[in-house]
Amino acid sequence: MLDLIWLIPFFPMVGAIVNGLFGRRLPKGVVHTVACGSIFLSFLVSAGAFFALKALPPAERVFEQVLFEWIAFGSTTINLGYLLDPLSCVMILVVTGVGFLIHVYSVGYMSHDPGYARYFTYLNLFCFAMLTLVLGNNFLVMFVGWEGVGLCSYLLIGFWFEDAAKAAAGMKAFIVNRIGDFGFLIGMFLIFWVFGTLDFRTVMAQAPGALVVGGGIVTAITLFLFVGATGKSAQIPLYVWLPDAMAGPNPVSALIHAATMVTAGVYMIGRCNVLFSMAPVSMTVVATIGALTALFAGTIAITQNDIKKVLAYSTVSQLGYMFTAMGVGAYVAGIFHLMTHAFFKACLFLGSGSVIHGMHEEQDMRKMGGLRKHMPHTYWTFLIATIAIAGIPPLAGFFSKDEILWKAWSGGYKFQWFLGFAAAGITAFYMFRLVFMTFFGKERFDPEEVHVHESPRSMTVPLWVLAGLSVVGGWVGIPAALGGANNFHHWLAPVLDPAAVTETTHAAAPDLDGLLGVRTAYASEGAGHAEAPEGHGAAVGAEGGAEHHDPTEYVLMFLSVAYALLGILVAYFAYLLKPDLPGKVAAKAKGLYELLYNKYFVDEIYQAVFVEGTLALATFFWAFWDVVVIDGIVNGTGYVVRSLGGGLRLLQTGKVQAYAMTVLLGAVVLVAYYAVVAAF
Amino acid sequence: MSHFPYLSTITFIPLVGALVLLAMNRRNVGLIRGWTLAVAAVNFVISLALWARFDPAVGGMQFMERKAWIASLGIQYFVGIDGISLWLVLLTTFLTVICVVSSWGVEKQVKEYMLFFLVLETGMLGALISLDLVLFYVFWEAMLIPMYFLIGVWGGTDRIYAAVKFFIYTMVGSLLMLVAILVLYFLNIKAGNAPTFDLLQLYQLPIAPNVQFWMFAAFCLAFAIKVPMWPLHTWLPDAHTQAPTAGSVILAGVLLKMGTYGFLRFAMPLFPNAAQAWAPFMMTIAVVGIIYGALVAMVQTDVKKLVAYSSVSHLGYVMLGLFALNAQGVAGGIYQSLNHGISTGALFLLVGVIYERRHTREIAEFGGLAKQMPAYATVFLIITMSSIGLPGLNGFVGEFLIMLGTFLTSKTAAVFAASGVILAAGYMLWMVKRVFFGPLDNEKNQNLADLNRLEWGYLLPMVFLAFWMGLYPGTFLRKMDATVELWLSRFEAKREACLELDRPDAAVAFRVETENQ
Repeated sequence: MLDLIWLIPFFPMVGAIVNGLFGRRLPKGVVHTVACGSIFLSFLVSAGAFFALKALPPAERVFEQVLFEWIAFGSTTINLGYLLDPLSCVMILVVTGVGFLIHVYSVGYMSHDPGYARYFTYLNLFCFAMLTLVLGNNFLVMFVGWEGVGLCSYLLIGFWFEDAAKAAAGMKAFIVNRIGDFGFLIGMFLIFWVFGTLDFRTVMAQAPGALVVGGGIVTAITLFLFVGATGKSAQIPLYVWLPDAMAGPNPVSALIHAATMVTAGVYMIGRCNVLFSMAPVSMTVVATIGALTALFAGTIAITQNDIKKVLAYSTVSQLGYMFTAMGVGAYVAGIFHLMTHAFFKACLFLGSGSVIHGMHEEQDMRKMGGLRKHMPHTYWTFLIATIAIAGIPPLAGFFSKDEILWKAWSGGYKFQWFLGFAAAGITAFYMFRLVFMTFFGKERFDPEEVHVHESPRSMTVPLWVLAGLSVVGGWVGIPAALGGANNFHHWLAPVLDPAAVTETTHAAAPDLDGLLGVRTAYASEGAGHAEAPEGHGAAVGAEGGAEHHDPTEYVLMFLSVAYALLGILVAYFAYLLKPDLPGKVAAKAKGLYELLYNKYFVDEIYQAVFVEGTLALATFFWAFWDVVVIDGIVNGTGYVVRSLGGGLRLLQTGKVQAYAMTVLLGAVVLVAYYAVVAAF
Repeated sequence: MSHFPYLSTITFIPLVGALVLLAMNRRNVGLIRGWTLAVAAVNFVISLALWARFDPAVGGMQFMERKAWIASLGIQYFVGIDGISLWLVLLTTFLTVICVVSSWGVEKQVKEYMLFFLVLETGMLGALISLDLVLFYVFWEAMLIPMYFLIGVWGGTDRIYAAVKFFIYTMVGSLLMLVAILVLYFLNIKAGNAPTFDLLQLYQLPIAPNVQFWMFAAFCLAFAIKVPMWPLHTWLPDAHTQAPTAGSVILAGVLLKMGTYGFLRFAMPLFPNAAQAWAPFMMTIAVVGIIYGALVAMVQTDVKKLVAYSSVSHLGYVMLGLFALNAQGVAGGIYQSLNHGISTGALFLLVGVIYERRHTREIAEFGGLAKQMPAYATVFLIITMSSIGLPGLNGFVGEFLIMLGTFLTSKTAAVFAASGVILAAGYMLWMVKRVFFGPLDNEKNQNLADLNRLEWGYLLPMVFLAFWMGLYPGTFLRKMDATVELWLSRFEAKREACLELDRPDAAVAFRVETENQ
């Protein structure tokens, strides 16, 4: 079964080629059968691979498959190959599983679009690139996928390219991502410089010996890689493209800009966890940026009126949580949140798409309201996903978000915990604000004019599947503190927490033990005494349920649930009981409201400084340096030579008298000169 | 050396073809076009035999031919190719076919046009295969003449200015190179060797580093103008914008590569100590070119000029790779020069497609073309992605190897070069957005026809190559491997040898130099 993993990216690639070349001439039925079928086949193979991997003992759950030598030169050989381990296995299941549902949803959503085949071509192409990204066995193959998903994102954001604003949004996404890619490239070069290879397994195996913990090089590598992650995963300061990316069709927002592509940065850090764990400074940076983003984006989401914009900022915020997790060393928690977020956020985006579809392309929540009567399926699935993201137990979001916050607290990252905690209640607030404004209250549109309708089956069935996953998705990772087995953690431990696995087998390198010591020191700061391994952010499950848990964990759990409920209550109060309250508050705190509503004016600042600045510099180089200076010299030389020649030509008169006159004058001058010189 | 003289054959078939053209009736345009295409195609097919028979394990020259030419001066007809020139030769024969096809629409003086194209091919191939300095110089200069006419006769409104600028700029550099060639010749005699212009023998001649310094400078100027390196690039935008489409394709695809090839074949291996001494300077200039070219491209209003400035940026990468002086950098540099031939060549072809329909290249005249011309937009986007180095397409492999090699030599240079990746996305995608996306609001664009069969015919091979070179670069890199390895080891060996030359020798050498100037 494992030998077949090359098929996982292969099927969508074939789908993209078929629809790309012949799609315009094929009937719609064939187009979407090819598109959905190919990704479904990938899902089947992925599931098969999962079971095959599961059948192996934990330490041997690694499978590498080299397809061919891609770039080979001199001593440098870079293969195109795939690496399947528990981490990439989680990712391919999410990508193909959620991807398939979104493909099916798209059949209904895009049914009237003239660019039907083009849409499915791009969507398949995206899946191919994303699967290449997560399955790549070295940094360069990952980078291929990384850029490939960026391309598809560009194409799909600007899918309705006749709208200049949408095309501009696509371009913005690509260019901002390129800034991140710049960091990724430099990180790769550093890795190649140190290790002479880009293979994940070699690099991770050699890292403890080749790099010094906390050293400048590993810090530089990880920080540059993180720059790449901030681009792809929309973190401060490169998050600006994601809200604009909502210009694309809704299923695209769900698949690319919520569930899969934007989590690539999180996945990349997970993939390089060995390196990141060796660079405490980078870890602090990652955790801080992540937590800041979580809060920052959450505050913007409060004031937005476009249903998709709220979800976009929510996505940025949730990605911030994932980075917080990665930064505090809780890699498993980060990937866990990645997975649950994929479920509920895909559900939310598809739900919002259903709303927009039903409302005939209306996105402004101020013109909605009372929709729960008109579209019950959409309403219920949306509500479930909202409860999940708000962090109410026992839905998926509760377990993953809470694990992150707990790991931040117990790891000693109190400041980051505080930011993340603050954002949690805000999340509950703005999400329920959205639900209340959209589905409850009075209809703020004319039902006679706008015939709201529930979406077709192809759209509601995926919604229900995702809603179901939003409920149960978290149960694979119920922490030991709540009596769970935390299977998710056990599954990922061989990749993300090798210490927990090797502790028993004694296979850890000495450096790794030293590393553990560092982390333990960190941990003891927060968690105190006997709980050191837990603070390391990993071994919770490994210890089983028999041991005592820090009471703080329960306190924090209770606090965050209470805080989330408070957020919901405030939203209920402000948007259902006293609908005129928000307006009054906005009027009272006009400055703050304007600041949030205009997203802290970051876009305007970037435009003025970076875009205009670059263009001004470019214009200067061209209009002054190229045209005036360089060509001035070139043409000036030409001009001087010509006028010199022209001047000299005047002397060549051909008149003997003139020549004789010149000779005479010359003689006079010479005589005079020598007479004067001789005189002295 | 008893094999079939492949190299002479491919070099002179076009010239013979051109002579036959002379005898044709100028009004029989179909025959003239057909004949030219046949000659170019046959030549390409023969050059494929070179590819098939090239031994990748051998780093040195292959398919060598040697005949005495002016024996008294030691001038020979001496040709051969290695893994570096093999690909440039193939690129030349390939692009010539593409250019002839794309020139099907040329109506003005077709006979002369095709004639100059064939002569140009002979000139380019000759320069690429010459292993005798005089022979090289002859071909090098011979290339200029047909190009000068192609720009000056079939060019745009400012064609005379552009043609003269192109010619004089290039000539200035070439003359200094000629002087340096002669100095080299006499240095060799002074060292007690038989008079010769044989490049392979002159490689062996040890030259004191301080003498090398100036001779490198002379070669460098000639080649840097051709590349063109910043700040000697201002002839390029004019030449490109004024040249007819096929002229631009050849200019970008092959003629510019003559500059980078010159560095690889002559300036660097002949004067390794100087090359190394100059390397930091050259890398700096290359990086400036990358960023400067990209920035200036961004604010162009004419698509063709934008592509021309992007060439300055791309060629900056090539030069950066060469002067990284390691296997990754040099191989990346060669690879990128091939890539540039494909992607920029294709971009010029694409600009030509729209120019033929609208007779303008002003970005502001367009917008929303993707709706009216979807196939054209698709091809344009693919080539754009290849140009900005999207992995999976050709540009990435070259850029990646170059930056990797550069990083091993100079981290600062690599970091700055990598920032060019951002700018490239900026100027290309912004242009694509303004030309292809948004509403189709200009009435003149509303009835434009999409790609016709002929246009597909010359664009598809380019797209195909862009994918091939990006997905399976092994085909190309493997044939360069041994050559680059040998090149580097020779470079290093000669540099070591020359280091040991002590001052008195150097003084003698220097006197010789001044005497002969």
